[in-house]
Amino acid sequence: MAFTWFQKNEEVKEGGQEKSTGFFNRLKKGLSKTRKVLSTDINDLFAGNRKIDDELLEELEELLITSDMGVRTTMDLIESISKKSSEISGADQLKKALKENILALLNSEKPCPQKITTGPLVIMVIGVNGVGKTTTIGKLAAKFVASGEKVIIAAADTFRAAAVEQLAIWAQRAGVEIVKHKDMSDPAAVAYDGIQAALARGADVVLVDTAGRLHTKKNLMEELKKIKRAISKKLPEAPHEILLVLDATTGQNALSQAELFNDALDVTGIALTKLDGTAKGGIVVSICSTLEIPLKYIGIGEKIEDLQEFDSVRFVNALL
Amino acid sequence: MGVIMFDNLSDRLDAVFKKLKGHGKLTEKNIEEGLKEVRMALLEADVHYKVVKKFVADIKERALGQEVMESLTPGQQVIKIVDQELTELMGGRLENLNLSGSHPASIMLVGLQGSGKTTTAGKLAVYLRKQGRKPYLVPADIYRPAAIDQLNKLGDQLGVPVFPSNPEIDPVKICQQARTTAHRELCDTLLIDTAGRLHIDEELMTELCRIKDAVKPSDILLVADAMTGQDAVNIAESFNNTLNIGGVILTKMDGDARGGAALSIKSVTDKPIKFIGVGEKLSDLEPFHPDRMSSRILGMGDVLTMIEKAQTIVDEKKAVELEKRLRKNEFTLEDFRDQMVQIRKMGSISELINMIPGMGKIKQLKNLEVDENEFIKIEAIINSMTPQERHQHTLIKGSRRKRIAKGSGTSVQDINNLLKNYTQVVKMMKKINKGGMRELGQGMLPF
Ligand SMILES: Nc1nc2c(ncn2[C@@H]2O[C@H](COP(=O)(O)OP(=O)(O)O)[C@@H](O)[C@H]2O)c(=O)[nH]1
Ligand SMILES: [Mg+2]
Repeated sequence: MAFTWFQKNEEVKEGGQEKSTGFFNRLKKGLSKTRKVLSTDINDLFAGNRKIDDELLEELEELLITSDMGVRTTMDLIESISKKSSEISGADQLKKALKENILALLNSEKPCPQKITTGPLVIMVIGVNGVGKTTTIGKLAAKFVASGEKVIIAAADTFRAAAVEQLAIWAQRAGVEIVKHKDMSDPAAVAYDGIQAALARGADVVLVDTAGRLHTKKNLMEELKKIKRAISKKLPEAPHEILLVLDATTGQNALSQAELFNDALDVTGIALTKLDGTAKGGIVVSICSTLEIPLKYIGIGEKIEDLQEFDSVRFVNALL
Repeated sequence: MGVIMFDNLSDRLDAVFKKLKGHGKLTEKNIEEGLKEVRMALLEADVHYKVVKKFVADIKERALGQEVMESLTPGQQVIKIVDQELTELMGGRLENLNLSGSHPASIMLVGLQGSGKTTTAGKLAVYLRKQGRKPYLVPADIYRPAAIDQLNKLGDQLGVPVFPSNPEIDPVKICQQARTTAHRELCDTLLIDTAGRLHIDEELMTELCRIKDAVKPSDILLVADAMTGQDAVNIAESFNNTLNIGGVILTKMDGDARGGAALSIKSVTDKPIKFIGVGEKLSDLEPFHPDRMSSRILGMGDVLTMIEKAQTIVDEKKAVELEKRLRKNEFTLEDFRDQMVQIRKMGSISELINMIPGMGKIKQLKNLEVDENEFIKIEAIINSMTPQERHQHTLIKGSRRKRIAKGSGTSVQDINNLLKNYTQVVKMMKKINKGGMRELGQGMLPF
């Protein structure tokens, strides 16, 4: 059966709960009736209490690699497992050990969120083209509104055709205000105005959308830095959060994205989108561990409620 | 992440075989060691696990042949085989758009969310117009907010007519009506921009079938992101099984992704990759070259693409001339200066370096900032040389260096640096000429 990391609008149980495979399986089955068999089910791997031998390790390797975990991380995980193989008697224990290892990689030291002394919380959203920045902003806006915050969105993607119109529809859906300029105008100026408007109107949160760009384009990365500086100019502590949006469908290149965006802007958090597909987004494991950037949100669909706060235990339980 | 991760395959294979040197003839086991490196390189490039497995098994026999076992440079031989087989796998005939059949012809663009369909529709419009056809843009994405606006704006920019869609109309109806209005607009080729969808979304996949049945497109192109990971096989398989696609367009190839998805997609669908997207501008669409893709997947970059990119900006004749001279190892300081000027026109050096997959990751190059002043200095220095000096740099000894420094307002140190860089470039050029791209090891780019 299909194996997906996350199911939308459904409580996926945490902790040891997945051991009662009955429940978990039923849940997965119920939700994946339209999904084809696309990948190995990890439970098959551990069925019938198999011995830990080369064959099993190879299957495990396949499972980890096909989740986009990357060669290096996969090798490291398998090595540490096979080192412990004398202590591990059965498949259940192997699974547990693997989970612990991945959890350790995911739970990197989180940098303390910056204290907000004055003005609104400012979140600047960045990433390559088409990963889901605008959609994530729409979802985030709705989330903040639901917890009673006043939100302003700044439409600093002035480049892509109809990007502002797209964001305006999201603002309307979330019921929040939007600050926008003409197409092709200076994105830094839009961001600046967004902060100014938030200060004037007493907003609690400002979400700054930016144009998608490839992380290898030097001049476009400079433009992002300029937007960031414009924000700080109006509000010295801001932006409090630089949220990098990554697409779960992306393979090893996501690491390069994270590295270069982080070099340029000091990313404070990651949102991983499109986990409602069959891609597993395993590359975030190496990103979180090597760059020590926490994964904060996951996107699981195109509707406004399809954003969840990231929970590493649940993530790993869904993986294994 | 260590640098080793991104060392190119060529270096890695050399390292493997060097270790084994002195043990006499290579054994089957030695070759298998080498194939392990091939496997790693492909997996790191995002080629699907199973595809890699099969590929490595397939080339094993060839790798065990005499050309490798008895070679003095077994690493290079293995690379050659891998490169040839990869190119073959991804290649076959170069295939163009299929525009045959009913009139007006229709091309359907399909794919996941965010893969680049709308921009690609605009690019294809430009391409078709250049071929003398009359494209008609059809926005059939009624779901994503402002998707229709986006295509309308692109149409406006290009002066290409766009079907007046709105989100209230069923996409199938949109496409049917568009066929009629295309006639009225005197257009002969519909470019249908469908909504992005997950390959497991049955309802939306069915919608695509309905569109296909209604318009009988002459070509259906899967638009896929070059950065796609292991899931590429599932995506390509589903879209192909549902629609029997005619080909693939790989987007965002201007980044530093190794692009192993190309191989995955090709091997599960056996459909040609017809174009690649190489930028955000509507002219940034290029034909697919399997040989280049192969070097890219193997992490060996591609000097040809660089030369070609230079050609589009530089005057063509000059570039051809330069290429000839490069081949003959006649790269003078004058050429060096011209190149600098061209590179400045082309954008930063780091951007250029990033066109060479893997290079962007090399630590020494990563933080390389290009200083505009550096360019100005180089130009000034070379301009202060006599024509003879420019053609024969070995003439430039101590006293001449002092004179040039004075003339260009720089220091002797600057002259030394420039000459060092230049000789390194010349060395690199020689290597490329001798052994092709794969001679170009890590850190060779001397700018
Ligand atoms: N299935 C799915 N699609 C998403 C998700 N997030 C965004 N998208 C879609 O991805 C496409 C690109 O999103 P957009 O927000 O415009 O990306 P941007 O270019 O980064 O701003 C749109 O079609 C979105 O509906 C997600 O979590 N799941
Ligand atoms: Mg956007």
